[in-house]
Amino acid sequence: MTTMPPVADDSARLAAFEARIAADESIEPKDWMPERYRAQLIRMMSQHAHSEVVGMLPEGNWITRAPSLRRKMILLAKVQDEGGHGLYIYCGTETLGVDRHDLVQQLLDGKAKYSSIFNYPTLSWADMGAIGWLVDGAAIVNQTMLAKASYGPYARAMVRICKEENFHKKQGYEIMATLARGTSAQKAMAQESLNRWWWPSLMMFGPHDKDSSNSDELMRWGIKRKSNDELRQRFINLTVAQVQAIDLTVPDPDLRFDEATGNWLTGPIDWDEFWRVVKGNGPCNSERLGARRNAHAEGRWVREAAVAFAEKQQRDNREATEKQQMGTPLGDGASA
Amino acid sequence: MSSPHPALVPALLRIADDRLILGHRTSEWCGHAPILEEDIALANIALDLIGQANLVLQYAGTVEGAGRDEDTLAFFREAIEFRNALLCELPKGDFGVTIVRHFFHGLYSVLQWDALTRSTDQTLSGIAAKALKESRYHVRHAGEWVIRLGDGTEESHRRAQEAVDALWPYTGELFMQPADEAELVGAGVATDVSLLEPSWRTQVDEVMRRATLRVPDGVWMQRGGRDGRHTEHLGHLLAEMQIVARSHPGAQW
Ligand SMILES: [Fe+2]
Ligand SMILES: [Fe+2]
Repeated sequence: MTTMPPVADDSARLAAFEARIAADESIEPKDWMPERYRAQLIRMMSQHAHSEVVGMLPEGNWITRAPSLRRKMILLAKVQDEGGHGLYIYCGTETLGVDRHDLVQQLLDGKAKYSSIFNYPTLSWADMGAIGWLVDGAAIVNQTMLAKASYGPYARAMVRICKEENFHKKQGYEIMATLARGTSAQKAMAQESLNRWWWPSLMMFGPHDKDSSNSDELMRWGIKRKSNDELRQRFINLTVAQVQAIDLTVPDPDLRFDEATGNWLTGPIDWDEFWRVVKGNGPCNSERLGARRNAHAEGRWVREAAVAFAEKQQRDNREATEKQQMGTPLGDGASA
Repeated sequence: MSSPHPALVPALLRIADDRLILGHRTSEWCGHAPILEEDIALANIALDLIGQANLVLQYAGTVEGAGRDEDTLAFFREAIEFRNALLCELPKGDFGVTIVRHFFHGLYSVLQWDALTRSTDQTLSGIAAKALKESRYHVRHAGEWVIRLGDGTEESHRRAQEAVDALWPYTGELFMQPADEAELVGAGVATDVSLLEPSWRTQVDEVMRRATLRVPDGVWMQRGGRDGRHTEHLGHLLAEMQIVARSHPGAQW
């Protein structure tokens, strides 16, 4: 890591900062950065963390009903991973000088966004396949790019998280493939699920470049390296082949292969629906936020107890040491 | 393999069903825990428990030799065929109930797995060795929380004590040795669970003391689960757990 030479004023600092970005240097927490860069990163990273956490809900909805023990364990492990991603990214965001609790409060107050995809309901077991395959798949396309983001802690988090998301995607696709070659009821379940998740997953990349307010700045500072439309096209090209391989149908009558570019071109995306869900009127917006608020409210007494106990322990360190020396099975004090 | 003892399958089901049903209850927390760290920890515990159940059910299916695999045993048995202790099927309650139950059952589990690592049945001792490590973590996690909640705030103390009082009548069943397992115990295959109680109680008392909680005395101990006589809760739990599998009999997943 290079250290910044002392600079006289902000415009000189900014020039030096942008030179570092241009040279593909990684920006680290202690480095000087423009306030807008910091703000954009906090916004993006906290949205990402919130998405991981809210994303536990639609899949959590099917853990108790998973149709085999193996699938139940895989799903539990996946949802646990997503919680881990959330925690990891919250910690990464804290390197920018914010407090995780404030970020969570913004989510609960409805002031922070999270990925709109989680405002759709999970209605059948096949949705566990569709989400892993399409939603994690779209996340991978996005995060592979973010792994090259200019902010070091975010980029490193993405490298680690992407490995797990790849695993999730593989498992989701495997669920869909198994259903698609199963009984006719299973195949119908898979197709119906694909019909519901296809378009929302294309919307995950955000509005068209010309309508994306944050994109220019994010790209200039190397937080994003590719445009929404580029990423979306990449995802479509990858996914159409996967749909065909398991003999399902993309729910788009206008879908066609463009020989000139080698791209699969889709019909128009319903941006009215996209904005409706972003603005809070998706099928599950209030439910998802309600579930998070409820968990937070119901857990208040637990968090208060943990704080009160920790304070008591600090007050009486000597007694705490005695307790630890008693050699009970609980005596080593390691936490979860 | 020489023909297995007829009591081995029920004995294995008692071990497996405890973990399956308690794992199911724990998995209900997913996404709804008081803090994100606990969402992760509870999902992890649920995963361990269901994993333990999976291994023991697989083995039970093999021993039975009637073509039932772990999924048939999990998803196509009726409530009266389940052999879990009643403690495991009670609703998840608040975080206090969940933690106190994990502490009570986890401690029992550690003692049982530890004894089973010395089982003359090598499959069972192998499973026990792996499960013991997991259950040690579960009981440490739960025990720390019992102390935190018991010795935390007035409210957390009250809730933790209520959880202890509500769950205590279901702890006795853990140590009631099923009569049909006598020969298995004699052959060193199964554990006499009644022998585990003194050590369990000593460790419970120690944690209760540190948590400033008390154990109720003179309580009638509920029983029945080990013989398939359950609370009303199990049927609803199974209805949810089994719905997809039963809607598509014979399907692969
Ligand atoms: Fe994730
Ligand atoms: Fe994922």
